[in-house]
Amino acid sequence: MDTNDSLRVASLWHSMHAISQQLSPTTGCSEIELLEADTFDLHIFQSLTGTKLFVVCEPGTQHMEALLKVIYELYTDYVLNNPFYETKIPIRCELFDINLTQAIQKDRVALLGR
Amino acid sequence: MQFFGGSEISPSPPTPTTTTGNNAHMIYIFNRNGVCLLYREWNRPLHTLNPQQDHKLMFGLLFSLKSLASKMDPTSADKGNLGVPQLPGQGCSFHSFRTNTYKLSFMETPSGIKFILVTNPRTSDLRETLKYIYNLYVEYVAKNPLYTPGTPMR
Repeated sequence: MDTNDSLRVASLWHSMHAISQQLSPTTGCSEIELLEADTFDLHIFQSLTGTKLFVVCEPGTQHMEALLKVIYELYTDYVLNNPFYETKIPIRCELFDINLTQAIQKDRVALLGR
Repeated sequence: MQFFGGSEISPSPPTPTTTTGNNAHMIYIFNRNGVCLLYREWNRPLHTLNPQQDHKLMFGLLFSLKSLASKMDPTSADKGNLGVPQLPGQGCSFHSFRTNTYKLSFMETPSGIKFILVTNPRTSDLRETLKYIYNLYVEYVAKNPLYTPGTPMR
C-alpha cells in the first residue's frame, strides 16, 4: 500500500468515524475501537490529541490495547520529542522504527510463549 | 426480539449469550440498491437524524467500510482502488465493528441483501444470529407471493 493509498484510507476513515458517531443509538459515543473482518482485525487507538494509531492483526488477537498504548508511548518519546520533527510529515525516525520493531517482537514472543 | 416466536419450519435460534433484558438496539436490512427493506428499533434513546438520512448514512458507511476492509486486507494480493464496488463475496469483508457505546454486526448475502444489527458492545460474535435472520427472511419474505422485491417489508 503506497502513500497515496494511505492518504485515501486515512481520509475515508475520518469520515466514517464521524458517521459512526452520528449513528450511535445512545449518547457518548467516542470512536470505533475495533473492526473485525474475515481475515484480519483492525484495532484503533485515539489519543487525547486526536492522533490515531491503527494496528492490523490476526483475527482474535488479545491484548492489543496494551500494545497500542506502548506504541503511543514510543511515538511520544521518539517522534514528538525529536526537535527536528515537523508535524504532518511522515515519520522518518530510526530510533522510533527500531524500538517499534522491538516492541512488536516482544509482543509476538510473549503471545507464542503463552 | 419479535422474530423469535416459535415457528416449526425455521431452524432453531442460537442460544443467547447474555440475556439481561433486551440486547439489541436496532436492526436494518438493505437490498443491493440501498433501499431499506426493514428498520426496527427496540432501544434507541438518541435520534440524531430523520429516518431517511439515517438509512442513507448507514448504507454509505457500510459501503465504505467494505471497500476499506478489502483494501487493507493483508492476506490477498493487491486489488482495485478504494471506491470500486466489490461484488458480494469477492475479497475480504468485515463482519462487525465496535465502539464504546455500541457494536454493529453486518452480514451480506450473495444476492446483495445486507443485514445489520446494532447491539450493546459486550455482545459476542453475532454471525449465527444474522444467518438465522436471513433464513427467516428467505422463509417468510422471499417466498411470499405477494411481496415485490425492492420494496420495504410489511
